[in-house]
Amino acid sequence: MIALLIRDLKLALRAGGGFGLALAFFLIVVTLVPFGVGPDPELLSKIAPGILWLGALLACLLSLDRIFALDWEDGSLDLLATSPLPLEGVAAIKSFGHWLTTGLPLILAAPLFGVLMNLPATGFIPLILSLTLGTPALSVIGTFGAALTVGLKRGGLLLSLLVLPLYVPTLIFGAQVAQRGAEGLSITSPLLMLAGITCGTIALLPFAAAAVLKANLR
Amino acid sequence: MMPELGKYAATVLSAYGVSVVLLLLLVGASIWRAKQVRGQLEQIEQRMKQDG
Amino acid sequence: MNQRPEQKRPAVNSVWEYANPRRFIATSDRLMPWIWGGAIACLVIGLIWGFFFTPDDYRQGSTVKIIYLHVPSALMAINAWFMMLVTSLIWIIRRHHVSALAARAAAPVGLVMTLIALLTGAIWGQPMWGTWWAWDPRLTSFLILFLFYLGYIALWSAIENDDTAADLTSILCLVGSVFAILSRYAVNFWNQGLHQGASLSLDKEENVADVFYHPLLFSIAGFVLLFLGLVLLRTQTEIRARRMRALLARERLQ
Repeated sequence: MIALLIRDLKLALRAGGGFGLALAFFLIVVTLVPFGVGPDPELLSKIAPGILWLGALLACLLSLDRIFALDWEDGSLDLLATSPLPLEGVAAIKSFGHWLTTGLPLILAAPLFGVLMNLPATGFIPLILSLTLGTPALSVIGTFGAALTVGLKRGGLLLSLLVLPLYVPTLIFGAQVAQRGAEGLSITSPLLMLAGITCGTIALLPFAAAAVLKANLR
Repeated sequence: MMPELGKYAATVLSAYGVSVVLLLLLVGASIWRAKQVRGQLEQIEQRMKQDG
Repeated sequence: MNQRPEQKRPAVNSVWEYANPRRFIATSDRLMPWIWGGAIACLVIGLIWGFFFTPDDYRQGSTVKIIYLHVPSALMAINAWFMMLVTSLIWIIRRHHVSALAARAAAPVGLVMTLIALLTGAIWGQPMWGTWWAWDPRLTSFLILFLFYLGYIALWSAIENDDTAADLTSILCLVGSVFAILSRYAVNFWNQGLHQGASLSLDKEENVADVFYHPLLFSIAGFVLLFLGLVLLRTQTEIRARRMRALLARERLQ
């Protein structure tokens, strides 16, 4: 399992897209928003938590189709399916790898982008907290979506259509935590809900993803 | 015979219009496709019978 | 590929007999005239009664007549998804092809029902709330439901192999249902709404007045029967289309 994780990370590093691309995309979203809504600092600091969450979500979405695509093309997914490692484990490891290459850098970079978006000082800790709790769910849900569309030639657009509605609860609670934190309100209940969603998806969705992979590989 | 709809006439009528049009489209599309597929299937079954 | 799953005839007369495509087509052919007749009758009675012979509401004026379209279509939008969930489960557990095809057949009907509910809601909301659209929990949930239907239908049409497509969409339907319910609660948490509470409830106090209620019942029955009729017809179509693809595939092999 660890070997698979290391292999995935190496592949992501070598392809160069893993760490860099999602971050660059996040930066571009954050840069473009003021062009769209105007440079008013008050407005920016009001919408900052939502924009940062949305940017993180889209950056995450961008790299989803790479989770299984390479393994599908060179046939190593078939090998993984016949290996002693259960497919559920493969799905879990794949989502963990995706989180390490996209979620983690996003969390680390979020404070920087928060400064760009004029996020109030009280908002930083809730933002980091919500991203830390929320991005694993994004990766796991995304892995399920990637497993659904793995055999399709132009699965990218369909993948977004399938995954984005599934992201709704995570986005709502995550952005609520960040928003309420920025406004100095209590963040306990959305934070608990977010943690619940993340735990639930991590526990259950690898099974769904494995079932879907099995159907796709048949 | 038209009931007095008052100032909301346009609202009510457009709601009914939109719904009826959508429902008719749905029913029409379903029936059309049902006929088409049934015809095609019969054709193929005929052909398979002839070819043995 | 077996186009005619050779099922053993169960000893007892059970519901699973209809999982045989031929029997399904024969039975639904017998049922459909009644269902369609009932649907048309109920819809005509419900809508004409509602449109011509009900008084205006003292607050909402004549816009109250939209209820005969809005409530039944919203009801069917949710129930269609629920029916797809049940048939998907049957496919996953018992692997009856008709069941998966019925789920496929129901999805576009559900999509149109959701669209009608959204559109009539928007048209109704304009004079009542002064806006076409508000990010109210109920409205937002329906928009999300609409997206779920779109994704489900897109996935069905993207995959060529019938069995794989049935597997994938069934699992998507299961996962989607869980997330749809989660979204409902999330959205509730996120914004309190303009939309009134449930129009129909067993609690007499909250219910709409009887004058509006009786035609509404007819209208709902009409929508339910219409949904049933459409699903039966479309399932037949899907069964035939599937058989056709199988025949063509066999022809190409020869």
